[in-house]
Amino acid sequence: MTTFTRRIALTAVAAAAFASLPALAAEKVNLGVSIPAATHSFMGGINYWANQAKKDLEKEHKDLKITIKTAANAPEQANQLQDLSTVTKINALVVFPFESAALTKPVAQVKAKGAYVTVVDRGLTDTSAQDAYVAGDNTAFGKIPAEYIVKQLGGKGNVVALRGIATTLDNERMDAFNAVLKGSPDIKLLDAKYANWNRDDAFKVTQDYLTRFKNIDAIWAADDDMAVGVLKAIEQAKRDDIKIIFGGAGAKGMVKTIMDGKDKRITADVSYSPKFIYDAIKLTAEARLKGEKLPATTIIPSVLITKENAKDFYHPNSPF
Amino acid sequence: MPPEPQTPPQSLEAAQQQHRSEAAPRWTQRLHGLGPVIGLALLCIAGTLLNGDFATLDNAMNVLTRTAFIGIIAVGMCFVIISGGIDLSVGSMAALIAGSVIMFINWAGPASGSPLLAVVMGAVLAVVLGAVFGLAHGLLITKGRIEPFIVTLGTLGIFRAYLTYFADGGALTLDNELSDLYAPVYYASLAGIPVPVWVFVIVAIIGGVILNRTAYGRYVQAIGSNEQVARYAAVDVDRVKILTYVLLGVCVGIATLLYVPRLGSASPTTGLLWELEAIAAVIVGGTALKGGVGSITGTVVGAILLSVISNILNLTSIISVYLNAAVQGFVIIIVAFLQRGRR
Repeated sequence: MTTFTRRIALTAVAAAAFASLPALAAEKVNLGVSIPAATHSFMGGINYWANQAKKDLEKEHKDLKITIKTAANAPEQANQLQDLSTVTKINALVVFPFESAALTKPVAQVKAKGAYVTVVDRGLTDTSAQDAYVAGDNTAFGKIPAEYIVKQLGGKGNVVALRGIATTLDNERMDAFNAVLKGSPDIKLLDAKYANWNRDDAFKVTQDYLTRFKNIDAIWAADDDMAVGVLKAIEQAKRDDIKIIFGGAGAKGMVKTIMDGKDKRITADVSYSPKFIYDAIKLTAEARLKGEKLPATTIIPSVLITKENAKDFYHPNSPF
Repeated sequence: MPPEPQTPPQSLEAAQQQHRSEAAPRWTQRLHGLGPVIGLALLCIAGTLLNGDFATLDNAMNVLTRTAFIGIIAVGMCFVIISGGIDLSVGSMAALIAGSVIMFINWAGPASGSPLLAVVMGAVLAVVLGAVFGLAHGLLITKGRIEPFIVTLGTLGIFRAYLTYFADGGALTLDNELSDLYAPVYYASLAGIPVPVWVFVIVAIIGGVILNRTAYGRYVQAIGSNEQVARYAAVDVDRVKILTYVLLGVCVGIATLLYVPRLGSASPTTGLLWELEAIAAVIVGGTALKGGVGSITGTVVGAILLSVISNILNLTSIISVYLNAAVQGFVIIIVAFLQRGRR
């Protein structure tokens, strides 16, 4: 049965690809946006920027209508994609999939009906189901902190790391981090444990790291939310051996700390802003309004945030 | 029947006791009751062998302080489960209370002009909110005659959704100055023991006294054993049941007022899956999920056991991090096996 449906889906995808080749200019763009619900700060940021994009772009372009749907889980997102396609009759879609595998087919179906599909952040397992892919740079997300820590410690010291939730995205970051450390044999990565991108779990894991290791030079918290828990645990243990705490993503509180130079352990961060959903919606909408296509892959670069450029990353109104 | 000890009975009393316990020898029963304690002792030995730092006072205090939230909630949950009910909403409830308290303190601090008063009122608000939510559960379950599973599954979603809405999907954070004032409630120690641990101990003792030494405690157990019989015995079943949910709500409130100063923030991930941890602590501690029997001591040990497992896993790296959850699962099942009763 699966091979049969897959063949149907593939044929449909192929047909759709041919059908959408002659791009029709000056057509009204009915853009659907499907994103996960705001279940944690980062997704709160995704929701904020998606709504911001709707507000800005609809004001700017008369021929553009944006419909945003948020889903609490993968099956719900699949249902919403169906609704967007059949009820809202979208002709362009920007989707931030909950999971790669589970949403590949539902997205392929939307594309089969002729919509232009931009996938954000998590790639689909079958890339033929998408027209364009816009994502943050997970390799740089792991590489930049590692390089910064190596440089600041002068190539020698003890490092512990926190990880998010076991996903390909988390693995990419960790692999990139490890790859840099390999070049500096005197930097020791003592351990890397999961703290689920959650402040409370980060607090507990850090407490145990502090019990276990008497000398830590740097902590890669790998996320600004987790860094909050890390800081509290260090404060409680009254440890002053930790010289660097490196978060990730560029949450506004963290960026503010760097901007104001409030904490000498937090001097840098790496950007991975939920604003990429804004960019993805904007790029897709404007390309479709002109009847153009997007490049197959657009990587929104992750860059090092320091005191000098921090103000470019500070968005006080965003929840993230 | 396991073999009796070969030595002759030392006293008349002991002989009588042996006589009385024909159906199930007393010591095996006691062994079942001790299941969680044995499990915990074995875990602690394993922990010490794996990492010497496990057996330090600092680590013990870290673990107990961490356990305090789940432990306090589990004491309340114990009452609800013994009475034959369940509450799935406690994690979401804690998150919503934490968020509300933070918003209130941030508002009341400048508004009242006295940050200390604001923090104290915030702490009181936590307990009041907990009691109100618990009362709502109790009324819906008894007077509204809806299954507790459904009522609390509903509020699980409601509470967390409102927190997410208030936090705008991000995090609610306590203002810095107020946060410093509130911090000692979590971070300070009395006589070398952190405040949350003291509160946990006091809540557990009060819980134990209510359950075992008061008429109310007897009613709770009677209802859990056989609700119909309790009704015939003129027990005001509805009132007793409502009170169990109020008690649990108060426990959640207390746990939350200790939780807020730890990070000074609440986000949509706050208290995620606490309900399962609290229920697991109660059941691992030897309380029957179908109600009727249970113990506060077991619940406390169960709660500590659960956090010791993750503590040990964090202190070692012999097991792949991917398998942490599996280790937790294995230990829970083994302990449950040790304490299985004659059900």
